[in-house]
Amino acid sequence: MDAESLLLSLELASGSGQGLSPDRRASLLTSLLLVKRDYRYDRVLFWGRILGIVADYYIAQGLSEDQLAPRKTLYSLNCTDWSLLPPATEETMAQTAMVKGRFMGDPSHEYEHTEIQKVNEGEKIFEEEVVVQVKEETRLVSIIDQIDQAVAIIPRGALFKTPFGPSNVNRTFEGLSLSEAKKLSSYFHFREAIDLKNKTLLEKADLDPSLDFMDSLEHDIPKAGSWSIQMERGNALVVLRSLLWPGLTFYHAPRTKNYGYIYVGTGEKNLDLPFML
Amino acid sequence: MGDPPPPNPEAPSQQSSSRRGSQAQAQRRSWDPSQAQAFPEEVQQALQTNLRWSQGGNLPEDENLPLYQAEEGIMGGVEYQPSSAGFPLQFQTRTYLDESGIPVEEQTTDLMQQLQHLQQLQQSQGGFFQQLESPVYQDPGANVLGQYSMYQTDDPQFMQNTEHGPYLRDDPALRFSPSEMGFMNFGMEMPEPQPRELAVQNAKAYLLQTSISCDLSLYEHLVNLLTKILNQRPEDPLSILESLNRTTQWEWFHPKMDTLRNDPEMQPTYEMAEKQKALFSRGGGGGGGGGEGEQEMEEEVVETAVPNIMEAAFYFEQAGVGLSSVESFRIFLALKQLVEQQPIHTCRFWGKILGLQRSYLVAEVEFREGEEEAEEEEVEELMEGGEVVEAHGEEEGEEDEEKAVDVIPKPTWKPPPAIPKEDSRTGANKYLYFVCNEPGRPWTRLPHVTPAQIVHARKIKKFFTGHLDAPVISYPPFPGNEANYLRAQIARISAATHISPLGFYQFGEEEGDEEEEGGAGRDSFEENPDFEGIPVLEMVDSLANWVHHMQHILPQGRCTWVNPLQKTEEEEELGEEEEKADEGIEEVEQEVGPPLLTPLSEDAEIMHLSPWTTRLSCTLCPQYSVAVVRSNLWPGAYTYASGKKFENLYIGWGHKYSPDNFNPALPAPIQQEYPSGPEITEMNDPTVEEEQALKAAQEQALAAAEEEEEDEEEDEDEDLED
Repeated sequence: MDAESLLLSLELASGSGQGLSPDRRASLLTSLLLVKRDYRYDRVLFWGRILGIVADYYIAQGLSEDQLAPRKTLYSLNCTDWSLLPPATEETMAQTAMVKGRFMGDPSHEYEHTEIQKVNEGEKIFEEEVVVQVKEETRLVSIIDQIDQAVAIIPRGALFKTPFGPSNVNRTFEGLSLSEAKKLSSYFHFREAIDLKNKTLLEKADLDPSLDFMDSLEHDIPKAGSWSIQMERGNALVVLRSLLWPGLTFYHAPRTKNYGYIYVGTGEKNLDLPFML
Repeated sequence: MGDPPPPNPEAPSQQSSSRRGSQAQAQRRSWDPSQAQAFPEEVQQALQTNLRWSQGGNLPEDENLPLYQAEEGIMGGVEYQPSSAGFPLQFQTRTYLDESGIPVEEQTTDLMQQLQHLQQLQQSQGGFFQQLESPVYQDPGANVLGQYSMYQTDDPQFMQNTEHGPYLRDDPALRFSPSEMGFMNFGMEMPEPQPRELAVQNAKAYLLQTSISCDLSLYEHLVNLLTKILNQRPEDPLSILESLNRTTQWEWFHPKMDTLRNDPEMQPTYEMAEKQKALFSRGGGGGGGGGEGEQEMEEEVVETAVPNIMEAAFYFEQAGVGLSSVESFRIFLALKQLVEQQPIHTCRFWGKILGLQRSYLVAEVEFREGEEEAEEEEVEELMEGGEVVEAHGEEEGEEDEEKAVDVIPKPTWKPPPAIPKEDSRTGANKYLYFVCNEPGRPWTRLPHVTPAQIVHARKIKKFFTGHLDAPVISYPPFPGNEANYLRAQIARISAATHISPLGFYQFGEEEGDEEEEGGAGRDSFEENPDFEGIPVLEMVDSLANWVHHMQHILPQGRCTWVNPLQKTEEEEELGEEEEKADEGIEEVEQEVGPPLLTPLSEDAEIMHLSPWTTRLSCTLCPQYSVAVVRSNLWPGAYTYASGKKFENLYIGWGHKYSPDNFNPALPAPIQQEYPSGPEITEMNDPTVEEEQALKAAQEQALAAAEEEEEDEEEDEDEDLED
């Protein structure tokens, strides 16, 4: 959610039950403003909160002019002091794939797990058990990246692509209509398109290249199952909740410009999803 | 439109002078002396004007007469170039001719000279013309010819008219005529517009073309777009030009609806708003104000069973949990409505369970004494009707089977005895639960939970859809629909996560020993009137300061253990024949769970992690903070405690946290069909050869046996004979 409309956004996203206490809200308002100034971001998003055993991580993201450029992620333990996180690489993703369980809440905590690696010594190949240590910070980075790639969403028409390449915020976006708001196809993943190239020409003919340049939610696996769309407050608010990463809430008030998403959860993927539907 | 070409003072004069000569020739030919006399007045007027004009102007010498005439031409050319008409043409020519032809009475000598000179001009047209084009005009001669060629497209008559103009047009009486002539000249001008003008008209006509697919033309669209931009004056309009373009086009095709018509899309929204508005009305009357009299105020300030939800919401907000305050207030009103509708003794907001299509708001309720049973019986009948019917079905089936000729072997399998559900107000059914989807919608009561449902609920993990009557499709098949599953999960969550500060509740007066109830522990408690709150910091530090106040549910599915093999009265009637079979079954061990009011520190760990997390709500002001406990086993369960107050709340999906992936139960092993032995085992039928061989062998054996007998008989006979 945009840091500028933090209070309203928190109010609208409160249907999932998780929010922020007043003292946190107050400190966020000031600290995010300072982050924007210091790092020269165009837009600062409050991404959410990852619940740990000992402490919680508060995550913010900074965007530059091009909305689809890689975002910078910052974390804080007390909503006042923010630290920049390194970008996620494939190596970190591979390392953290083995780590399971809750977050501890201490960035320097190290997860240990033993891996069996094959070591070549001369002609012999024997397996050694190697204890791999993964720092929690690394895990944090990769989890945030996974969540962003999988479930960060945006309504159709909120961004538009200029002919030069970068995509900008659409200042004339007036909100989705009620009938559009209930369809999964009106929401896009907030990331570079992956499936778009695989569409047939017939499908692409109906698309508007300046608006439809991201993947829509229709093709998420499992189809018609990984999102829950609800109208709250008597049809005045549409809320999408991800079932794959429970804790991610996207809200949008139809016919207005208010929209945003927030993640408040344990940072674990719900791998039991197919059984639960 | 059609600006006259910039008047070149010299050129038209020269041209006019030259043309004057030629025109004089032409007019000469057409001159009719009779006509000249026909217009004496006009002529006089014209001459007078000329006189005035000529008197006003300089009177150059004869040599300069052409220049003088040129000046006249200039004046006429400049002023009256656009004017041309057939009518004034004649008029002008006549005047000219009249001037030149008819002597004027009041002519001055100069004028006479001029006129004479003009006559000379007329008479010696050719010569004069040549003189005109003589050295005096040699330099500009080329110009004259050049500029004359520029105006070749123009009407020569028109140009000639301009040169005649000065004599007439100066007349104030005739001043209006130029304007008339102006209009008419416009008309004359359109057929042959200037090239630039033509280009502009073509461009506009092109823009006004309407598009193929609609009635909108580009011209109109651009007008709309520019109007919109100018009205709204957005910052940096160039960067949003494309978006504005699209929006303008969209608006053209989606005009704002008539204010008299209802927007069909917003209909459900308005209906919901109406329902919620009904919540805000007080009591049976409409939304009355506060000034309706003191009596009503006194009556209404009665203790209601509705809890102080706003206070709880405030404390939970400090912890960062809970719905927004607006939503909490609506829930408060909805609970108030529930209290009015049902005979409720105590009521509490239990929490919110999220579903796929809709969510559930759950209220935990205790009915007043005696009120509950009437409703409960109806529900029980519905629930147990199924079981009873089955039991009767078995009986009848058995009887029918006995009557049938072929006795089908009775199945030796008996379903495991159903564990009876707990009575209401005890154990897992201690409270009643009502659910609704949204404040304003009616509350629905959830049925009591049976142990079988709890046992099955532990084995499956399913999302709630939001509809109470939706089936729960799972393996092992859940006995019931979503309402039952919801109730089972609520029971599990309550049993696991409802906690209170140590000392808030205490056991009642000790009646008897613990041994009486078979070790199940006490199941009733009451509030401790002497409870003084534990300091918040201590609450946060140690988990021993918190205790469970809901009974733990045993693996059996109940809170108090029941031996399933104990015969109730019904079972004894049915089971007389089967008593013998029971003896072989092992005895079931009694299940024991942690007793009531055990502290949290005794809870089992999840993978080296404590099942509870405690926090102070605000680290910046610990003096006024609230202690918050969060369950790691059931994500979404929160409890706060501050001083003497505490409250439990659950907001979440309704599932337990498991570090391992969910493994659905495997299907049961395949049952043994029947023991296989030689009498059932299939064997091949003997072939013909084998049968014959067997027959032969048998005959041989028989023959051998007979021979032996015969031998014996012979022996005996021989013995006898001997």
